[in-house]
Parts: sequence; C-alpha cells; structure tokens
Amino acid sequence: MIKKGSWVRIKKTVLRPEERAEHIPEETKKVQLIMWTKGYLLEDAEVGSTVKIKTPTGRIEEGVLLEENPAFRHDYGAFVQEILEIREIVKKELFGRE
Amino acid sequence: MNEYQKVMARRSQIMKAAIDVDYDAYEIQNIGFDYEKMMADAGYDLDAVRKIQWENGVGGTPLKELKNITALARKFAKPGYGARIFIKDEALNDSGSFKARRAALSCHHAKKMGFKGVITATSGNYGAAVASQAAKQGLKCIVVQECYDSKGIGQPEIIEKARACEAYGAEVIQLSVGPELFYTFLKLLEESGYFNASLYTPYAIQGIETLGVEIVEDALRVAGKLPKAVIVTNAGGGNLTGTARGIRKTTDKKIEIIAASVNLAGLHMASDVDFNRKSFTTGHTGFGMPFMTNPDRSDVPRSAARPLRYMDRYVTVNQGEVFFATEMLAALEGIERGPAGNTSLAAAFSLAREYPADEIIVVQETEYTGAGKHHQAQLDFAKKMGIEVRFGNPEEEIPGKSIVLPDSAGKIQARDYDLDRARKSLIRRATEGVGALTAKDLVFLAEEVNRDAEYVKAVLKELGKEWEER
Repeated sequence: MIKKGSWVRIKKTVLRPEERAEHIPEETKKVQLIMWTKGYLLEDAEVGSTVKIKTPTGRIEEGVLLEENPAFRHDYGAFVQEILEIREIVKKELFGRE
Repeated sequence: MNEYQKVMARRSQIMKAAIDVDYDAYEIQNIGFDYEKMMADAGYDLDAVRKIQWENGVGGTPLKELKNITALARKFAKPGYGARIFIKDEALNDSGSFKARRAALSCHHAKKMGFKGVITATSGNYGAAVASQAAKQGLKCIVVQECYDSKGIGQPEIIEKARACEAYGAEVIQLSVGPELFYTFLKLLEESGYFNASLYTPYAIQGIETLGVEIVEDALRVAGKLPKAVIVTNAGGGNLTGTARGIRKTTDKKIEIIAASVNLAGLHMASDVDFNRKSFTTGHTGFGMPFMTNPDRSDVPRSAARPLRYMDRYVTVNQGEVFFATEMLAALEGIERGPAGNTSLAAAFSLAREYPADEIIVVQETEYTGAGKHHQAQLDFAKKMGIEVRFGNPEEEIPGKSIVLPDSAGKIQARDYDLDRARKSLIRRATEGVGALTAKDLVFLAEEVNRDAEYVKAVLKELGKEWEER
C-alpha cells in the first residue's frame, strides 16, 4: 500500500496501436504510445492499480501506479576500454612515445 | 474521428492561443511569408536580448583556444596549414548549454505576455534550459520528451535531461517513440493555457543571435582577428540561423558558416527499434536534413529557424569520430563536456587543415556532461544494444550497426554534403501542389536557398514548374 500524498510515478497508454498515426514505421505502429510521469498520489493505492496524481504544475493525471519515491539510476556506464585507448592515441600522436 | 484526429484538427487554433505571433499576417501569395518582418515584430533588438540574458545568468561565456588540439591537427596538415581552433564554452551557461539563450528570451516573453507557465516539447538540452529559466523567472514549466522505446528502455542521455528538468522544478512528461508526441503536447497546451516555448519562435532564434555577436567580439579581443569559419552543430537549424544572424549584425566581413551533424543515415527517427540503436539524440542528420529542406515541419506555423538561408557548407561526421573528439577534448585540453555538443569540434578538427595556420576557426558550442550524457555511458549503452564498437576507419561505420572509432586522430574526416541537393529539395517541397508561381514566390525561394532568381528558375525548370515573370 502506498500512502496518499506520496511522490509516485505512473504510466498510461496514450494511443493504442489502432489509434496511432498513419505514416509511421510498422514497428512503431504495432506498439502502444506510452506516457510516464510523476506527482503526488491523491488516494492510498496499491502498485498496479489505476490512480490519480497531482503533478508539479497542479494538473491531475491518471494512470497505473508504478512506484513510490522514484529515483534516477542512470550512470556513467560500465568501464569502456576503448576510451583509454583513445587517450593513448591522442597523447602519443601529439607528444610522441615518451 | 477519434480523439487523436480531433485534437490534431484543432492544431492551428491551439497553437495560436499558445504563441502570440499572428503568423497569418506575414503570409504572401502563394508560398512565401515575410520572414524579416516576423523577426522584427517580435520586438527585441540585440541590446534588449543581451540585457535580458545577462540578468538571467546567460551569455558571456569564454572563447577558449584549443592549443593542444590545434597542434595535433597540424600534424596531419600540409606545411603552413592548420588554423587555430577556438571553442565557445557554452556549457558554462546556467543549465549547461547554449539553449539557455533561447530559453531566457522565451520565458521573458511568456512572462511579459501574462502566461502562467511554459511548455516545451524536446528531448534535448532545451528542456533543462526552459526549466531553469522558468524557475528563475517564476513560471510553471512542463517538458514533454520522447525518452523510452516501447519496452521501457530509456536513452541514457535523455534520462539525464529529464533529471535536470526535474532538478529545476519542471513537470516532465515522458513518452515512448513516435511523432504523436505532438498530440500529447497539444493536449497539454490546451489544458494548461501555457506559452508554447517552441524552439522555432522568433524569440527562440533571437536568443541565439547574441552567440554570434559574442563570437565576433571575443575573437577580435582574444585573437585580434575575425574567424574564417564558425562551425555549428546542426539539428533543427535554430542554432545555425541565430548564430549566423548575430554574426551578420556585427560584421560585414565574410565568415563562413559551416553546419556539422552526426551522420545517422539509414536510421528512422520514428522507429521504435532504431531509437536506441543511435548514440546521439540531437545534432544528427535525422533532424538536420529534414529541417533544412522543410523548416516549417516544426511545431509552429512558420519556423524562425531557416538554416539554408545562412549555411555556406554542410559536413557530417560519424558517431565514432565525435566520441573520439570528446575524449580528445578531455585528455588534451582538460575540458570534459557532453558528446553531442562536440559534433562541431570533430568537424573543426578535420576542417582546420584546410585553412592557413595564421587563421582562426571557431567551434560554436559545448554542452554539460553528466551521468548518461557522457561518452562512456553512451558507448557502454551502445554495446549493450548490440552495436559493434571498434577501432578502424570511421568511413566504415554503419549507423545502428557499428561505431568505428578512428585509430588515429588523422582519420577524423568531415564529409561534405552537397547543398545543391538540399536547395533543390527545399524548392520542390515548397512548390508541391502549387500551380503557376508568382514573381513574389521566386523572390521568397531565392531567399530561402540563399541563391539568385536565375538559380531558382533553373531548378523550377527541372521540376517542370511554371512561373510568371512579372
């Protein structure tokens, strides 16, 4: 149970495949257009239920409740050996081998 | 009609309410419009724009000489060649990119006109720029971005931009892939009554003119001479248009305006599959080419970004070359910046060899870097999406399949795109379905492609079009 007033993330279907625009690639046309957004939960609810939220601009949005306290977890990625190699190449080409 | 079709049918009235430009007033029969009058009527001269920007933490960024990168470029140039490369460090604007210039003026204008908030549809730095300026100027802000594929896998760079927008207090609406983003955007405009802080209004372009002005002033102060060329990363065309206009307002001397885009040939911008097979979400040919030949495909009736009017040359570089240039900037100059903004740097490294060593050329922007918006994050993501990353000849790179990092700095090569193709394409599109063209149409077309009337007539003849002489 997620409490009313919690900061949450929701998801909703904007367009079903049959409602999508005409001139778009097949692979896009066969999937839904989905929207994600965040706001304050207006009533206590379970994850997966349809809820209403109040967004930072004060709008009311409706969608499926995904999570409470959503965090950004993007990062600098795993180690990439090629970056070290670029560093070596440009230093060697500019300053020589020493 | 379903809901989607109904909203799209209301498109022009929704747009009209959300931007206080009376676009109809500038239309000229059959195909033209009075571009300069539209720009002038926006009501901000250069001094006014500078003042607004300065009061809002924007502009006055340093022009830095890249001495080590210049020295490296000269190793691959013929004797006496290899222009000095300078970079305008636009990442130092509030919100971390030149887009703050456009946003400062858009938000100022929205506030002046009494709008309570601003909305912008962008997956790029402009979202963070509008969010930042909205925070400063006391406006509410909604940013609509295309961020995920239908499986919910997000482009790392766009997720970072969402984070930045939220950090500045904006409401972020994220969507899966598809041009119907515009539908959601229209519905939000209608619901909120906010100002459409489009990238393509006169305000959004005039905001960049100061960048052109500063480049001229900085170059004279720092290097004692005007640049031979300014290299501009090109997507929607606003960056190039504004910069070139600013330069023209500051000097009569010829400065070559060179557009540079990342080559993403073969990838479809509306494809749910291709979406995460590219490592650049802006500054690429997928925007650069269509917006150049059809500027009015944007989210306003008449775009103030009209790059073909100002472009002297258009070059492309490959993804591997831009990642290489990004690392080179950090390793040799101690400046760590986001990869997409370094598109023009990669091009400049190659172009510098064409100019004598006593000339200067200017890379017109940098952008901030951070988690996701970083060459390591992007290269790792590309590998995870099944893209082959290897060293070799960047010519061999196939967008969506491989990223080929040059095995020597000397292999960075800006490739010329034939601008005549673009000019013909613009004329063909602009005259599609139009009968006999008027003399005014010809004048408009000549302005649009920056060529004379004879050029336009020759193209029209090729297209089998007729026109009235007077």
